[in-house]
Amino acid sequence: MRGKKNFELTPKSLLIIFTALCAILLGISAAAGDKQTPLSNISSSIIMPMQKGINGIGNWVIDKFSAFENIRDLQEENEKLSQKVNELTMQNRTLQQDRYELDRLRELYQLSEKYSDYPTVGARVIGKGAGNWFRVFLIDKGSDDGIKVNMNVIADGALVGIVTETGDNWSKVKTIIDDTSSVSAMFLETQDTCMVKGNQESIEDGYIDVEHISKDSKVKEGAELVTSNISSKYLEGISIGHVSDIKLDNTKLTKTAKVTPVVDFKHLQEVLVITELKEVPDISNE
Amino acid sequence: MKQIFARILTYFFILVAAFTIQTSVFYFFPLADITPNILLIVVVAAGLMRGRKAGIIVGFFAGLLMDIFFGEYLGAYAFIYMIFGFVNGFFNHMFYAEEPVFPIMMIGVNDLVYGVIIYLIFYFMRNKWNFLFYVRRIILPEAVYTLIAALVFYFLILWIDNKLRAYEKRSV
Repeated sequence: MRGKKNFELTPKSLLIIFTALCAILLGISAAAGDKQTPLSNISSSIIMPMQKGINGIGNWVIDKFSAFENIRDLQEENEKLSQKVNELTMQNRTLQQDRYELDRLRELYQLSEKYSDYPTVGARVIGKGAGNWFRVFLIDKGSDDGIKVNMNVIADGALVGIVTETGDNWSKVKTIIDDTSSVSAMFLETQDTCMVKGNQESIEDGYIDVEHISKDSKVKEGAELVTSNISSKYLEGISIGHVSDIKLDNTKLTKTAKVTPVVDFKHLQEVLVITELKEVPDISNE
Repeated sequence: MKQIFARILTYFFILVAAFTIQTSVFYFFPLADITPNILLIVVVAAGLMRGRKAGIIVGFFAGLLMDIFFGEYLGAYAFIYMIFGFVNGFFNHMFYAEEPVFPIMMIGVNDLVYGVIIYLIFYFMRNKWNFLFYVRRIILPEAVYTLIAALVFYFLILWIDNKLRAYEKRSV
């Protein structure tokens, strides 16, 4: 068919041309950082609607299936939950009283409410990272909805990850369990700082590695871990999970531990994006 | 000219569909948290059915899709997938449309090699040395699942490719 033409590229020269193209692309993207939006936007405007459609169908099918599954379970659960509601209402009441007290005391100290409500935008997870190696996903809100790179993403009131790229109507989120993720964190009680490092092997057993805890730290099992005040990208005080298995590491200089995340990373459907950015000059190597 | 255009358009749609399926459909039905590598199926099939040049081009654009959405740098996956398309093109002479066992086996083998390469590039380089863990947890399950997916998708691609060939012959 193509043999009739006067010139014909050999496979090898084609390979060389495309290899050069790859090298140029690599060079450009390495130099430009995360400014590849024109290309991403063109391709996403084709793929996004399809993904959304398929997701719609998928959700519908799964809903139908699970509806039949277990009405009895639901009844049981309902009973348990109503009990729980009663308990929690009581607890809530006492907490609310504490809260009033806290507000009063804060006013006395003139402290601003540090960890309170960050502004958020809800988003739906519409695609999982292609391939099984990295824990990245796509959400259906983008720069048109005010999403910017480095915005924190939460679900269930705890940290999910961070926006690493945005298009017009989509964004890419890198989770804290991604193998290349590391988050500067601290313990709520003792204020000891540490690093939470994603690790494919650890998340298999349901936890994330915690490193660089000071060896003098008096952290106890079960302590709550939150994002630290010294992080350059993560807002302060977002819950990550509870620690366990604290031990001195091989170097005897720092302690390591495991943190069980609050977020259920296997069943993420909706997430909240905090639309407040932490504007800190990046001095640490995070 | 018309044939080339039809070919580009067809493979473009196959790639976009494969990518969409891989990232959204299997998000709902992952087996053991693993999704099959449909894009690789397309690339291997293109290389086997159409030879080295088609393998290079289809591979490049398949990888480019991965790069745009999920890669750190543009061009890295494009290069890896391109090489896969190119190498499979060498087996073009062993490909017969009536004989599906060889191409499907090739898809399985390719996915194994792909897993090892991704491990070497993105994990070994970052001092993650527990190779056996990754074999057991990702590489092997992905290869098996991809092999199963190939039973459906390979025949689908073959069917589309046959239609395309028929069209090309008619318009000559």
